[in-house]
Amino acid sequence: MTDVLSAPLVVEFPFTRSLGPVQSAFLTGLRERTVLGVRTEDGTVLVPPVEYDPVTAGELRELVEVAPTGTVTTWAWNPSPRRGQPLDTPFAWVLVRLDGAGTALLHALDAPGPDAVHTGMRVRVRWAETRTGAITDIACFEPYDGEPGPAEPTPHTGEFTDPVTRIVAPARLDYVHTPGRAQSAYLKALEGHRTVGERCPACRKVYVPPRGACPTCGVATAEQVEVGPRGTVTTFCIVNIKAKNLDIEVPYVYAHIALDGADLALHGRIAGIPYDQVRMGLRVEPVWSGAAGGSPHPDHYRPTGEPDADYDTYKELV
Amino acid sequence: MRDVAIVAFAQSAHRRRTDELSEVDLLMPVLHEVLGATNLKANEIGFTCSGSADYLAGRAFSFTMALDGVGAHPPISESHVEMDGAWALYEAWVKIMTGEADTALVYAYGKSSPGQVRDVLTRQLDPYYVAPLWPDSVALAALQAQALIDAGATDEPALAEVAARNRFAAADNPYAQLTGDVPAGGHLVRPLRTGDCPPIGDGAAAVILAAGDTARALCERPAWIRGIDHRIEAHGLGVRDLTDSPSTRLAAQHAGAFERPVDTAELHAPFTSQEVVLRGVLGLGDDVAVNPSGGALAANPIMAAGLIRLGEAAARIHRGQSDRALAHATSGPCLQQNLVAVLEGESAHA
Repeated sequence: MTDVLSAPLVVEFPFTRSLGPVQSAFLTGLRERTVLGVRTEDGTVLVPPVEYDPVTAGELRELVEVAPTGTVTTWAWNPSPRRGQPLDTPFAWVLVRLDGAGTALLHALDAPGPDAVHTGMRVRVRWAETRTGAITDIACFEPYDGEPGPAEPTPHTGEFTDPVTRIVAPARLDYVHTPGRAQSAYLKALEGHRTVGERCPACRKVYVPPRGACPTCGVATAEQVEVGPRGTVTTFCIVNIKAKNLDIEVPYVYAHIALDGADLALHGRIAGIPYDQVRMGLRVEPVWSGAAGGSPHPDHYRPTGEPDADYDTYKELV
Repeated sequence: MRDVAIVAFAQSAHRRRTDELSEVDLLMPVLHEVLGATNLKANEIGFTCSGSADYLAGRAFSFTMALDGVGAHPPISESHVEMDGAWALYEAWVKIMTGEADTALVYAYGKSSPGQVRDVLTRQLDPYYVAPLWPDSVALAALQAQALIDAGATDEPALAEVAARNRFAAADNPYAQLTGDVPAGGHLVRPLRTGDCPPIGDGAAAVILAAGDTARALCERPAWIRGIDHRIEAHGLGVRDLTDSPSTRLAAQHAGAFERPVDTAELHAPFTSQEVVLRGVLGLGDDVAVNPSGGALAANPIMAAGLIRLGEAAARIHRGQSDRALAHATSGPCLQQNLVAVLEGESAHA
């Protein structure tokens, strides 16, 4: 589709998460090369540990140490590792029941190929060189043919010096965003300093920016209508807080502006007039940024010098 | 208790990409079709509920913009679940059962093409122990498949047969994305091959629910919801027995699925191995038409595929092809959450 715009869109977020007492002990333990589990009411040892019994929902606090060796309970060979996964060479995803544990932990197994992996095989933890108190402190598992660890876990206080109490979990997802037909047409028109809306075939209202549907009638809009460039301030506010990375002196005015011919007000900054003289009904026109490669949107709106619009002409759009 | 039925169902033609369509563009024809089938207008609907996920297309609050397609002004009674539309249907069913509405519009959509579904779905996992490892959706399904193979419940040729049967059935489904003779392909994550995995695509679906005589007035043969229930299992994958699905069994029991045999089952099993698990716990014999639509292996618009199972099961009752049908929807890794509904035609109830 040549008439539909598309652009890369990256969504990135570093969530900071606090750990409860059990998760804190487990992740701090990994930093210290110690694997902890928690004992449930029926005596099962959960590794990784959780704070509440998955069966009874009872609170769990009885920490125990299990061995860094264990048995694969199921596996899957991953020939093409994806970004963020533990190894960048082909590896096996594994659920591993560590010696002394009653449940299995998900991680990666470093093995030369799928023929070297089977359910029931013995593995051990390979520790990451730099450990911070995260599940990735286990770099991966590796095949192990030594002695099994003790079947009975040993009690552990869960206390460490300088415990990890929270983790930062970064995430990044990559998209190719396509805004669809209506918004593509709107954005393309802006490049020519024109503002284009769409008229609803049922109620005849002109929506700007158009999203392809009339929110009142629930039908597709298609007829393109050029609106503006002049418009009327329908309502406004005075901004007194300076936004980060925004090179605009405060106070400034942010307004709803009903462009001539539009049945929906859009918003923009008002300049070229002292902030305390902006008023409802003020007639304004867009000022486009001259910077090449800058935003295609108007930089701001300024007074046209016309007499103010009569309230009745825009009261439906406030 | 009130009698509540699915009286209309519509879905889009599911496609790998729909770059020219916004989410509301994708949804609107489906809404018009389902409203048209009942001659209802948006302002005559008692309750509207939708299911979708912003992470799929990377668009914050996309469901509020999708509402433009409904015609939400003047104000309507509306709700949204960040889940498959099957759970939106459950909420709407509760709304009708409590007497707060007589009709409901339920819709769901998913636009997966802008992102990488395998990466996106990792964000629904436990954020402390699992998500930092980025295990993708195919990898987690493959762990379950290997557990089934180790348990002797299936093998790779049997999984390939599941894929072939679903996609052969989908040849009669004009909305399906992947139909007919689809090669098994190479291993995506062993033991799962590309043929064992669902297509990635964009799509939407909608149903209308109605109570009692309203349902009878809107539809010649309403698909009565005789029971519906949903259950969830422990978050930790290593706590669960991946070869079993106790949540599906419990939901089916509470929905009344085991009281009498069903003739049709629409199962939300995006991976072939999951159909093996579900058939087992639901006790479906060879005499049951399983996924006559082709199921999620033929079209898997995420967030809509579960609602489509309910819609497809209902549509077979509407057409007189089924008297008692089971519909299933799932969410989360390795069948973590499961919803089961039992639908019946009027004659079966009499």
